[in-house]
Amino acid sequence: MSTPQEIHFRDPASRLPGQPAMAQGSVLDALGEIEGETMVLNMGPSHPATHGVLRIVLELDGERISKATPEVGYLHRGDEKIAENMTYTQFIPYTDRLDYLSPLANNVAYVLAVEKLMGIDGQLPPRCQYIRVICCELARISSHLLGIGCFAMDVGAMTVFLHTFTEREKIYDLCEKLTGARFTTSYTRIGGLARDLPPGWVEQCRKFLGEVVVNIDETEKLLTRNRIFIDRTKDVGVIPREMAIDYGLSGPNLRGSGVDRDLRKTRPYLIYPELDFEVALGSVGDCYDRYLVRMEEMRQSVRIIHQCLDRLPEGPINVPDGKTVLPPKHKVLTSMEELIHQFMLVTQGVNVPPGEIYFGADNPKGELGFYIYSRGGGTPYRLKIRSPSFVNLSVLSRLLPGHLVADITAILGSLDFVMGECDR
Amino acid sequence: MPTPPIELVRQIKSRFGDLISEPIEFRGEVTITLKDYARVAEVCAFAKEQLGCDYLIDITSVDHYGDDPRWTVVYEISSLAHGCQFRLKTDIPEEISELPTVTHVWRTADWHEREIYDMMGIRFAGHPDLRRILMWEGYPYHPLRKDFPLAGRPTDLPEVAFTRPAPLEGGPFVTTPGQPNATEREPRARETGRES
Repeated sequence: MSTPQEIHFRDPASRLPGQPAMAQGSVLDALGEIEGETMVLNMGPSHPATHGVLRIVLELDGERISKATPEVGYLHRGDEKIAENMTYTQFIPYTDRLDYLSPLANNVAYVLAVEKLMGIDGQLPPRCQYIRVICCELARISSHLLGIGCFAMDVGAMTVFLHTFTEREKIYDLCEKLTGARFTTSYTRIGGLARDLPPGWVEQCRKFLGEVVVNIDETEKLLTRNRIFIDRTKDVGVIPREMAIDYGLSGPNLRGSGVDRDLRKTRPYLIYPELDFEVALGSVGDCYDRYLVRMEEMRQSVRIIHQCLDRLPEGPINVPDGKTVLPPKHKVLTSMEELIHQFMLVTQGVNVPPGEIYFGADNPKGELGFYIYSRGGGTPYRLKIRSPSFVNLSVLSRLLPGHLVADITAILGSLDFVMGECDR
Repeated sequence: MPTPPIELVRQIKSRFGDLISEPIEFRGEVTITLKDYARVAEVCAFAKEQLGCDYLIDITSVDHYGDDPRWTVVYEISSLAHGCQFRLKTDIPEEISELPTVTHVWRTADWHEREIYDMMGIRFAGHPDLRRILMWEGYPYHPLRKDFPLAGRPTDLPEVAFTRPAPLEGGPFVTTPGQPNATEREPRARETGRES
């Protein structure tokens, strides 16, 4: 047994030279040593408020943050390296694992990038485009429900989290019916979709839209005028307009600062120009504004899906080109040409011309971009994923200093990032 | 009304002349190549201050392994006011592997450049904090280079605190397996000193 060691507490009074502390004007000078003394606190990588594996090294002056160094990369899997070693189609399941809270939107963004490189993005049949938009917007609702739920839970409102998760479950049911999987959807294919809408799906989706609006209203009642929530979020984590642009933020975080940049409007893809929706903008750029923007975006997504379901055209879901999309099975078994197409597609992948493109889609978290540099053939020579969470997190080292430790949870919750996408 | 990106590119070309290649249009995107990589910061600063290209979307790099120059660094530059974007590329030979940073032009370049340094090993002169970002500090390779194998290379982790498994047998909080009942399995059942 070792002998217990005596702990020597430093006597704070011994730092002060003689005189009573509060009365003198020289107290600040005498305390200067204490005020300047900082403490390093490690937050994460495994902390409930970091939503995954983000680590922030905080330098604290009392309870105020004087310096924050975010450390990322704990979930790095080398997706870009993997992409260089497989065909374009084989990479689709990897996009599920980027922003794993909105896999459908990632699938759509990735195949749109490849289709842009191949030059077939203008030939997509209307039904395919409508279904893709529905997928994107369902993913947005799902992601924002989780984002707001976790945000509220981080600042102490547990009920909201349970409330929004109940609703999210219905989106997973829709995903399961549509794609066969709840999370890892891998629904899109280059030049089309894996399968058409199953019977009864449209009705189920409409039913869900009716229910989610009620849920959003209830969430709004729980939070928007909640005194505690407002105290925790209003004027906390203010990102001014210039700073948001300078740091390249995107998605609700950029729009929360009042910058009108929504790729669905400014660089539209699919059938977004035909749809009627508005872009939600904040004014101050604090955590509360970002929350409000997400709430409004969910309502707009509901609007978009309603329009898509109303106008959903009949027809094929794939481009009519056997060299891009797998031919139907019965033709593969009976016809020579389709058999060759199938064989070439499976063994070598789609034939992509040499060239380079960048395609950015407005995903729930922000601009998910794919830069593809191709030397021709079935595999990308270089595929870079511009992930919104990665860029959004880079603002932390600038944003956190000056805030209290307790504000971190509110700020992180309001930035709504996913580490799977950040670290790739 | 958005300005076509070719307008902005023409202005850059008229300012820098032969340093900028003829713009290439592919799939509706405009790409220009800067011939002297050492002046990339100057071109970017001009694009931001004179042409209003305030939003940098992305910086990335390509490894042309076996060709010379080996590296290409690609900037996706856009302007919120003009509503357009274009691509600026520049080539760097492997012996140099260094080009000026653009962090003072757009703050968002900070992490993008750190990632390129981490993944490809291209350095950025003047970067305020050029450390690895996705891999850990002290990792010896640059994994996105074409000569790095997909399966990776074995490395040790010198900075990790626990490199050996903790001893389980006989530890103070370890239950004894094979004991018939819970009382004897419990570590508290073993009194110190009586075990031997």
